[in-house]
Amino acid sequence: MLSLRRIKKNIVLLLLTLAPASAHAESVTIKVGVLRQTHSRETLSIIDLPAPDDGLAGAMLGAADNNTTGKFTNQKYEIIDAKLGDAPNVEKEVAALLEQGVHLILADLAPEDLLTASARASAADALILNIFAPDVRLREEDCRANIVHVAPDRAMLADGLAQYLVWKQWRRWFLIKGSHPEDELLAQAYRRAAKKFGAKIIDERLYEDTGGGRRSDSGSVQTQRQMPAFTQNAPNYDVLVSADESEVFSHYLPYQTWDPRPVVGSAGLTPTNWNASHEQWGAQQLQNRFLQSFHRPMNARDNAAWVAMRMISEAAVRAKSDKAKDILNFMRSSDFSIAAFKGLRLTLRLWNQQLRQPILLSDGRLTVSVSPQDGFLHQYSELDTLGLDQAETKCRLK
Amino acid sequence: MQAQMNKIALGLMLPLAFFTAPAWAYTAYVSNEKGNTISVIDTDKLEVVATIKVGRRPRGIELNKEGTELFVCAGDDDAIQVVDTRTRQITGKLPSGPDPELLTLSPNGDIIYVSNENDNLVTLIDVKRKEQIGDIPVGVEPEGMAISPNGKLLVNTSETTNMAHIIDAQTKSILANILVDSRPRFAAFKKDGSELWVSSEVGGTLTVIDPARLEVKTKISFDVPGMSKEAIQPIGISISGDGKKAFVALGPANRVAVINAETKEVEKYLLVGQRVWHLAFTPDEKYLLTANGVSNDVSVIDVAHLKVIKSIPVGAFPWGVVVAPQ
Repeated sequence: MLSLRRIKKNIVLLLLTLAPASAHAESVTIKVGVLRQTHSRETLSIIDLPAPDDGLAGAMLGAADNNTTGKFTNQKYEIIDAKLGDAPNVEKEVAALLEQGVHLILADLAPEDLLTASARASAADALILNIFAPDVRLREEDCRANIVHVAPDRAMLADGLAQYLVWKQWRRWFLIKGSHPEDELLAQAYRRAAKKFGAKIIDERLYEDTGGGRRSDSGSVQTQRQMPAFTQNAPNYDVLVSADESEVFSHYLPYQTWDPRPVVGSAGLTPTNWNASHEQWGAQQLQNRFLQSFHRPMNARDNAAWVAMRMISEAAVRAKSDKAKDILNFMRSSDFSIAAFKGLRLTLRLWNQQLRQPILLSDGRLTVSVSPQDGFLHQYSELDTLGLDQAETKCRLK
Repeated sequence: MQAQMNKIALGLMLPLAFFTAPAWAYTAYVSNEKGNTISVIDTDKLEVVATIKVGRRPRGIELNKEGTELFVCAGDDDAIQVVDTRTRQITGKLPSGPDPELLTLSPNGDIIYVSNENDNLVTLIDVKRKEQIGDIPVGVEPEGMAISPNGKLLVNTSETTNMAHIIDAQTKSILANILVDSRPRFAAFKKDGSELWVSSEVGGTLTVIDPARLEVKTKISFDVPGMSKEAIQPIGISISGDGKKAFVALGPANRVAVINAETKEVEKYLLVGQRVWHLAFTPDEKYLLTANGVSNDVSVIDVAHLKVIKSIPVGAFPWGVVVAPQ
């Protein structure tokens, strides 16, 4: 069937392609584990209910994108889902992944579980990419050399919001925090951000979680009575900041406060690494791809997982290796950067392996603004105005 | 502030323009991404002489060989519209597939190559028959398109795969996939075909590729004093016909870099309007026009003196620019 001319041409093509990454070479399969906890279905809004493939879907889309690239570089990505039950044995789960030849693990875990996973993985030189845990301590006193933090921490999120509030000249904050430990950690991040950027917390209140169903038939009626009274008699403030990671009360605050003031933080204007409404800088393409594949919008965990997969592929392609060690080394090199539809390149903070990234401020319908805000300057990268900087870090990677 | 200072500087330079030799009157077309219009500029008067209403989100624009037809990628209308440059009316559309952004024409003007971001394809369109005649699978989010002056090599850049795919235009098979820095958005050949330049928006660099050997020759990076590295985002590239000078739009850095295209040294940064996307020479290379997305204007660069001599207000969010001989 092939004419002589055609054959000649094919030989030329073959020679040309042999040089860099030969299209005919044996392809390498890179297995990536997704170790993920089951997220609470106790959300305040029905539209925030986690999907069964929460986070995993982002990793799968990342693998699909990587595989399109992999056609040209002979790398093939395979996702191994490890969904944890209610009382998980994280060590055993990690061991099982390692046994299957997985040396790259995306982790959506509680902080203690993440440290357990890190300890087990380090014996096998495996790399963990944190796609969820926002705890500052994991990037500070409890930092680990085999964890890369793709998700932003609470300090970065709080700073992102604080910069915008300060730019708006809304400097007098009324802080309401929940009664769970994570809520207090988030409140700490807001207190720190206020101090850092010159805002003032003029009143702070605690909303006690007394249990009971989040959604009830008379819910809105009850809220309408409760929230105005709860926010009554506050000193004159510009904005109400809610710290409610546990989703107990924050979404009941907008439009219900005693004084007519905007609500930000866990409800209203929310700092996040991703929202399904974000479409700037070409993000629409990613949102479309996700929606077409999974028939639901992409959430913050999905996005962190997608970014983590892209980071792995970027490093693996350029380091020309599928070894976790080489991949981490490349991520730490000055040649590494990643495009993630946020208007500029993302890189790693070498002192704690946190991904530098802009923080989206979203009202759930649109991206209202993106921090860092104009005018917040830094001698190295303006992205380092978000979160703890190198000079103040307690992290010693080991 | 910057824009204001820019204006003052322009005011001072404007009288100079009167003493330089008169240019031939060419016609420039600027696509206004949010205005859904094309601004028509007389390059002699350096002012807008007409505005053409087109489809939604016009970005990539190209002229046919004769300059009689303008092809406009109307992204939100999922089509390439054809505008008659004489009557300034839309005469038809080409089946581009969803959300076309950038296109390039074969040197003989018969085929349009357009990147089809949703399907990771380069789509080929027969200009006369207004039909799709094939496609080529490439990397994730194909974007920049270029064709070598002899028509043999087709180049596509894929934004998420971060490669320049070099394609044999005749057989439509991929000859090489060359890794470049993050989010490659634009590709341009030197007129003699000796070099291919690719801009990486997020990586902040320019990769110069040897199209004969299909390998990277060198990489150019930028350093604007007082500006963070992340704000330097190269996009549009224009290389002079003699291959000696290249101009590169640096996006939110609000500057056009002037590069010695032989030594690859950055010689100068010209302050233009805000968020500069794409560039185009007048055919005599007396002027270089820049489309400035945020300040809604076109900066006019005097190429011989490397000075910005005027800014021309156009529509909302100017993006692409081409210049016709007439």
